[in-house]
Amino acid sequence: MRYGIIVFPGSSGDADMYHVLRDVLGAEVEYIWHRDSAVDHVDCLILPGGASYGDALRPGAIARFAPVMQAVRTFAERGGLVLGIGNGFQILCEAGLLPGAFLPNRGVRFISRSVYVRVEQTDTPFTRRCEPGQVLRLPIAHRFGNYFVDDAALAQLEERGQIVFRYCTASGELAEAANPNGARAHIAGVCNEQRNVLGMMAHPERAAEDLLGSVDGRLVFASIADALAASGRVQGV
Amino acid sequence: MTKARVFVTLKPGVLDPQGKAVAGGLETLGYQGIKDVRVGKLIEITFEDGTNQERLREQIDDMCARLLANPVIEEYAFELISEAEAAEPAANGSEEDS
Amino acid sequence: MELSSQQIVETKAWRDMGLTDAEFDRIVEQMGRLPNWTELGMYAVLWSEHCAYKHSRALFHLFPTEGEQILQGPGENAGIVDLGDGLAAVFKVESHNSPSAVEPYQGAATGVGGILRDIFTMGARPVAVLNSLRFGSLDDERVRYLFAGVVSGISGYGNAVGVPTVGGEVAFDPSYRGNPLVNAMAVGIVEHRYIARGKASGVGNPVMVVGARTGRDGIHGASFSSAELDDDTEVPTIQAGDPFTEKLLVEACLELIQSGVVIGIQDMGAAGLTSSAAEMASRAGSGIELDVLKVPRREEGMTPYEIMLSESQERMLVVPKRGSEEQVEAIFKKWGLEAAVIGRVTDDGMLRVMEGDRVAAEVPVASIVDGAPRYEPAKQRPAYLDETINVEMPPPPQNYAQTLLDLLASPTIASKEWVYRQYDHTLGAGTVVAPGEGDAAVLRIRGTKKGLALTIDCNQRYVYLNPRRGAQIAVAEAARNISCVGAKPLAITDGMNFGNPEKPEVFWQFDQAVRGISEACAALNTPVTGGNVSFYNEKGGQAIHPTPMIGMIGLLDDVEKRVGMGWRQAGHRIILLGENRNELGASEYLALRGIVGGDAPELDLEREAAVQALVRSLIADGIAVSAHDCADGGLAVALAEACIVSGIGASIAVEADFRADALLFGETQSRIVISAAPEHVAEVERQAKEAGVPCTVLGETGGDSLKIDVGATPDGPESPLSISLEELERAWKGTIPRAMEGEAGVEAYVASASSEKGAD
Repeated sequence: MRYGIIVFPGSSGDADMYHVLRDVLGAEVEYIWHRDSAVDHVDCLILPGGASYGDALRPGAIARFAPVMQAVRTFAERGGLVLGIGNGFQILCEAGLLPGAFLPNRGVRFISRSVYVRVEQTDTPFTRRCEPGQVLRLPIAHRFGNYFVDDAALAQLEERGQIVFRYCTASGELAEAANPNGARAHIAGVCNEQRNVLGMMAHPERAAEDLLGSVDGRLVFASIADALAASGRVQGV
Repeated sequence: MTKARVFVTLKPGVLDPQGKAVAGGLETLGYQGIKDVRVGKLIEITFEDGTNQERLREQIDDMCARLLANPVIEEYAFELISEAEAAEPAANGSEEDS
Repeated sequence: MELSSQQIVETKAWRDMGLTDAEFDRIVEQMGRLPNWTELGMYAVLWSEHCAYKHSRALFHLFPTEGEQILQGPGENAGIVDLGDGLAAVFKVESHNSPSAVEPYQGAATGVGGILRDIFTMGARPVAVLNSLRFGSLDDERVRYLFAGVVSGISGYGNAVGVPTVGGEVAFDPSYRGNPLVNAMAVGIVEHRYIARGKASGVGNPVMVVGARTGRDGIHGASFSSAELDDDTEVPTIQAGDPFTEKLLVEACLELIQSGVVIGIQDMGAAGLTSSAAEMASRAGSGIELDVLKVPRREEGMTPYEIMLSESQERMLVVPKRGSEEQVEAIFKKWGLEAAVIGRVTDDGMLRVMEGDRVAAEVPVASIVDGAPRYEPAKQRPAYLDETINVEMPPPPQNYAQTLLDLLASPTIASKEWVYRQYDHTLGAGTVVAPGEGDAAVLRIRGTKKGLALTIDCNQRYVYLNPRRGAQIAVAEAARNISCVGAKPLAITDGMNFGNPEKPEVFWQFDQAVRGISEACAALNTPVTGGNVSFYNEKGGQAIHPTPMIGMIGLLDDVEKRVGMGWRQAGHRIILLGENRNELGASEYLALRGIVGGDAPELDLEREAAVQALVRSLIADGIAVSAHDCADGGLAVALAEACIVSGIGASIAVEADFRADALLFGETQSRIVISAAPEHVAEVERQAKEAGVPCTVLGETGGDSLKIDVGATPDGPESPLSISLEELERAWKGTIPRAMEGEAGVEAYVASASSEKGAD
């Protein structure tokens, strides 16, 4: 099994992701430069966090046009697994691979803290190792995490089961106070209709070692490994 | 020389956290009677001499739709200012576009 | 308008650039002729206080700078400390006070950017930023504006550049009203084999400018930083920071250094191209000739003067091996950055600035870098000390519980979560002890079992009331904080912030502080590896409190062993290492009661070292499972913080034969509160006895309140104190959000605490 981490100018979560996948989980992993277009030799593509292109215009707005993004689109269309974390989520939305868009956090300021997210869907390749309703404790760190979709799109997300994570309290309740950034319907992560592309604002790679206080993030990577093994889809799509 | 001034604003239904923060700030400073504040972006594009004026509007429209505005949350308008009028932008009308 | 040499003399133009008549004469003497306009400008910035340390350098020999752990002491862009395993830590602190007073967001942002460049120019990947900030009273609207702007500038730059901000301190005192202090410390990690230095050696090697283009921003910033702020002070264009370019610059420079073609590299900070070129030539004993027309510019019509003095951010000067120019260009192009050859290394000891074929300036490197005068200003013990030392102690408080809550709510002691929540502190997936969890930040050192402990500290009230001992305490407290997470203190960088050194009282404070730091560093084996001096922090003739900030790093051999400040579980014993004394001087408690007075607490450096060694040993043995030092607010505040952070209460019984407010709120040094399992108490007592450190079992953890019984202590409360955790938390966490966002802002911090527990 092989992961590819896409590096845009301004990405900063790439090295953390690389460390966790290789050193903690023992997976094969490589960086993929934003100007490259060969991605088909990996099993899962990751768009890491950071501030690609300095968040110019809107986070993700410029990265969306990077040469590698055409390859990401084709990879996704063929059913390859694509995971976007933080800025990676924003890029996937700007690229239209996921629905929605991002506004500045409700309080405008940057928020760096631990939050709880509830797993809403377990029939995705990214959450199949989670229990329905399981609460994960993960760090967030962003200024544009206020997810927005209009009423019609929200209804469709609900109907198709595309809302994968919601911000919640420690015991799993939805509450305004537990929604750190004002995201619509407490949305912390969504997948596409085909369920092979996931975006989430929280950082599972920063919660994958006991030393750092939470290992809940490992469930996401374990799910991906599981899904790939089950599908026999290894070494390219 | 021709300049385009592109105004990107949040759609009416979208809550504007920055606008809300600015409104709060203005109230703290003692300004009363503020009903709402919306924060948008102004993007100025300067074109090289000899750019085809006919096609410019179409081209800017395309730029807005593809990059400058995100149609999920934003809408845009723009105005074109030729060099002679650049000193007095107010003289130029703006063109609404969705 | 550029003046001719003759016009310079006629108008005494050097005065407007911050040079004295005697300094101008010295320049003429060293050059052997009159300078032209560009040359005068170059001298003015390099001979400014900010760059030349004219008023401080004469005292630097007092600092202990050597130790087996030190790979690079003062004199380079940053200090380097050995971490073993072929790795080293690179760190430094720098002030950005003046720009932050004018434009807090950009001032703070470029402060972070500048100190990061000092780190990666040495070949190290930056892994952490810390900040030490000082502001006036939070009641003041202008102060709140500055505070919000500075925090947001640090957040905006640090988060986007991809380096976690993992710690720091913020204190509020009216003396900083017009003159906030913004000191940023950055830390990087480098493999020994990739350490780079700022030297321009090898005649004929090319000199290249890399990174951002040069514009007209920040010209004469260094001279500006060296002047008192008055309302009519002319402010130069403040530089704007671009963290995106900086991020690319980090990656490109590290790739370049690791490619092996770099002879020398240095960032362009204060005084831009002039200082970087001159200093690189000076370190190598060489010269440099460059052509300003080859410098990539982003504005038209720039003069040699403007190009040489620009402080545009995110630029570096590189001397690569001859023949590798294209390789350098290719690496920078890959990262979307420019690299241009602007000149070459010479052997004539001159910094020669060409504008095409014309010589625009030609100055001797030795003169412009090292030729500035070294002043030894007059010093005089300030008269205020006679008054403050004899201040009358107030009567005991009416309500001890309320006093404790008031102390917890005082802005300097109150939780800084509102601040650090804006800093990405989990980036890097290596922050083991995060802000608010322990006395120092701890980062895991990837690829090893080790941990790096980081802190920056200064209690400026102690320094104001007793500069020498106050400075000793700043070092001792930093080392205590490092020890309280289980790490061994290694070295310091000092951020010296003072008023106008030409005033004898201010220079006396500075002289005393340098001596105090030197004594404590020698006693605690933490050499000085460099730092920054910021003078002229005055507004309207009123100086700030002397503020020598001590940035310190320490090493944990096994990062798994680190501890935080909060209790670990109910039923543990709470033990005090060190002893309580009858001291109230210089305390936050007195300040709360309107008194800035008394003497700084006593400090016995031998005792301090023993207490620190003891706590490190107890942590390494797994016996002490939490540790928190007694600092601002004394024993009661330390206990309350350990309760709040853990969500576990405590029952304490402690007695003294002196007044109870001194026992609870006095700030006696060399005290650490630890917790340990009951079966380990005997071992704690055994080790303490062996170390010659008094130790007292104070009580035990558990319950949902903090109960303190002072027994027969004189002037104590009528009945034992009992305050619920919720009340403690509300007091401690509410102050800053309330001041910044109103009552509605408080809930997001207090309510969240319950949902964030579970962090260990």
